[in-house]
Amino acid sequence: MTPPVVGWTDHPAAVALAARHRLRAWEPIPWVLALAFYFAFPKYLGFGTELLITILFALSLDLVLGYAGIVTLGQAAFFGAGAYTVGILAKRGIWNEPITGLILAAAVAAAVGLGSGLVLLRTGGLTLLMLTLCTMALLEEAANLAHDYTGGFDGLDSLAIAPVFGVFEFNPLYPKTQYLYVLAVLLVCFAFVRTLVYSPFGQSLRGIRENTLRMHAVGAPVRRRLVLSYTLSAAIAGVAGGIWAQANAYVNLGTLGLDRAATVLIILVLGGHGRLYGAFVGAIAYMVLSHFLSKIYPTAWQLGLGLLLVVIALFASNGILGIAEAAARRLRPPRAAS
Amino acid sequence: MIFGVDVASMVLGGVAAGMVLFIVSVGLSVTMGLMGFVNLAHGGFAMLGGYAIALAMKQWGLGFGPALLFGFVVTAAGSAVLERLLYSRLYRAPELDQVLFTIGLVFMMIASVTVLVGPENQPLMLPPFLRGQINLGITQYRTYSVALIAVGILIVSGLWLVFERTRTGAQIRAAVDNRRMAESLGINIGRLFTLTFAFGSGMAALGGGLGAEFLGLDPQYALKYLVYFLIVVAVGGLGRVTGVFYAALLIGVLDFALKKYVPQGGTAFIYALTILLLLWRPQGLFGTKTT
Repeated sequence: MTPPVVGWTDHPAAVALAARHRLRAWEPIPWVLALAFYFAFPKYLGFGTELLITILFALSLDLVLGYAGIVTLGQAAFFGAGAYTVGILAKRGIWNEPITGLILAAAVAAAVGLGSGLVLLRTGGLTLLMLTLCTMALLEEAANLAHDYTGGFDGLDSLAIAPVFGVFEFNPLYPKTQYLYVLAVLLVCFAFVRTLVYSPFGQSLRGIRENTLRMHAVGAPVRRRLVLSYTLSAAIAGVAGGIWAQANAYVNLGTLGLDRAATVLIILVLGGHGRLYGAFVGAIAYMVLSHFLSKIYPTAWQLGLGLLLVVIALFASNGILGIAEAAARRLRPPRAAS
Repeated sequence: MIFGVDVASMVLGGVAAGMVLFIVSVGLSVTMGLMGFVNLAHGGFAMLGGYAIALAMKQWGLGFGPALLFGFVVTAAGSAVLERLLYSRLYRAPELDQVLFTIGLVFMMIASVTVLVGPENQPLMLPPFLRGQINLGITQYRTYSVALIAVGILIVSGLWLVFERTRTGAQIRAAVDNRRMAESLGINIGRLFTLTFAFGSGMAALGGGLGAEFLGLDPQYALKYLVYFLIVVAVGGLGRVTGVFYAALLIGVLDFALKKYVPQGGTAFIYALTILLLLWRPQGLFGTKTT
């Protein structure tokens, strides 16, 4: 009797590895829900648009923070770069076509990301944290100073953005177009990030996050990978900023501020970083809570948020999705193939 | 001659501001150097201490000196409790968790102070002998700034003595340079750290009270000046008392001068300078390379 031939594809770990990138049955659900939201809550489309943009921004941070393990406090620098690109081009009447505008925003933000990443990512730890913070503060100051172009402290308002495909107009009071437009852009960007993190490139980013020294030892071009992921993340953050400027028809210094950078960090960690869908869960949890609480009880909201952060940092550093995963593992008996 | 007086008053103002920066930041530098802990809540301790001082003076009619002492003791004691209960759990945690934890702590401090005291700026009444001007020979200058400089010099000399000449100071220096080795030699790092942490927070409280006169004192203080404190620490080098001192003076004078001559864009210059400096010397201007 000959033993059965065991190829590599029969090993459970190999099967799991090969199947990891496959689309799971539940993955279309968020998108269906987002579409359902459009029809179910026409009054809340403004809020929905803001929420989708936040998800996109958090997703960009997930790429660097969750996958490449770069702790940055300056992600808003790229959001702002994208927003001001759209804003300045539209205000000066140079370019106001939305989709190409987003591509330009992504390009500018990516250039900022590449430029700063090339120098910043030579450092690590506290120095890197400080440098990302300083770069963002520097951009904010620069935007404040160049008020001939950026409107300074007041920002640029009533931006005239051309209709999408020349047909669907942006209406600030009934943000139907904005909502669907942002949803479509989010879907495209999400597909891109999803493909990226499951690609060999994404795997090497995880390797760098888990053990930089070993990745150096196996000959991976660590610096180049980090800079590339930083640049791509900056481009996506730029898209988020650009689309924010288009949807709201204004840009201000707040797009570049520490507040925005800290908020997106909180959102991502709340949802669970390094998980793709953490951006969705975190943004929904945060935005819904803040929408209903922060206006009525601003101080209680800040106190609760602080408490939440402390608890997450101490007991649940994988966020809501991490808690859900742990719970699922306990409930479900271990399967051989997973 | 006018120019000379101008420069002298600028240097005096800048040095006074630098002293406050130093007093607040020195604790941050030592705790970061000692444990590698990214403590973004340090500005919060300065804010809480400033409030304790301002309220002690307003409510209980305490003098400026006793109030400063009170603020120091209260903040140091409170931070020691926090350190034992919460901070110590995160020493080996990833940086991200430390950042989140301390940001959360700052939010809670800001919210509590807003609820308990109110969101408005707390005026701090200086005693009469610190108000007005003093004649320094070449120029008249604000008494309080001169007093600040004197206090700052006293504190830095005291700290230098403690750091360089006492057993505890030697233990701290040893632990900053090589924690494992220090631990192997039987130095109780945990206790040492609680001690330094409490002392550093107490100093931050002093700085919060001393600087309230020109930095203001409201709940947002905790975040508003955090970037400045971090810059001072990063430029001065982690765990270096003298480094932080020179860095604080440098930033204080630069900031003062830039605000005066380039009111627009002075801050941008400091940020740019910090970036360049950290790229050139990631360990700071006065730090030595540690592993």
